[in-house]
Amino acid sequence: MMHIIAGLSGLIFGLGLILSGMANPAIVLAFFDVAGNWNAALLWVMIGAITVGSIAFLVASKLGHSYLGLPMHLPASRKIDKRLLIGSFIFGIGWGMAGICPGPALVLVGTGHTEIFIFIASMLLGMGLFEAMRRKQ
Amino acid sequence: MVNLDFIPWPALIGGMIIGFSASLLLLFNGRIAGVSGIVGELFRWQVSEVNWRIIFIVGLIVSPVVWQQFFALPVIHIEASGVMLAIAGLLVGFGARLGSGCTSGHGVCGLSRLSLRSLVAIMVFVITGAITVYLIRHVLTA
Repeated sequence: MMHIIAGLSGLIFGLGLILSGMANPAIVLAFFDVAGNWNAALLWVMIGAITVGSIAFLVASKLGHSYLGLPMHLPASRKIDKRLLIGSFIFGIGWGMAGICPGPALVLVGTGHTEIFIFIASMLLGMGLFEAMRRKQ
Repeated sequence: MVNLDFIPWPALIGGMIIGFSASLLLLFNGRIAGVSGIVGELFRWQVSEVNWRIIFIVGLIVSPVVWQQFFALPVIHIEASGVMLAIAGLLVGFGARLGSGCTSGHGVCGLSRLSLRSLVAIMVFVITGAITVYLIRHVLTA
């Protein structure tokens, strides 16, 4: 059951990205281009997602475990540290360069945009580098 | 009369669908729908954790195929060159893991749970993204 939910969640997430326009890197870049032809779509996507998501998190905060009896894995860290700031800074540069973040990147695999494999391969390399670095510490 | 014409409905409804997907994963599986975490933690290869992560990823990948059973795909345009895609991917993958999240984890889920940490992360990456686009489009190519 847990695996069905995971698959459905991924599928629905992707359909939401396609409908909202967020699978199209050009629309994301237009949100960032405040000095050009600005497109507010990303902001509206976030408003919609947070409106629904906040209800779920409110419900979840009152649950001891999930509806399937699984433990709730919520991030415990509240630290605003160098790691958070530098990581988000590096992520922001990459996001601004192509207008692609990890969710839409995976959706673009299924749309047949083969150049996305370059992005995916180097994204996996970046994640692997982080993991190697973490293990050394 | 309230004028609702200015609201981009596909963006708003698409966002709500994304929020619904994150709600499913949270309420049933107890997990945060943060794509960089779901992918990145595969590198730790904890056997009991591998399957649901891969199935979630497969769901994302097949979503355009399912979409096309009902509608035509919207126009999708990747502007960045191959070299730019390679550099951008590396920065996105490494940065999201170092910063503990990307647009979905910090943006959708973090803000939904009123995490100050996520709000700071989003402000950093949206501002950095905007500066990057400004430099690429209006300074370097001017």
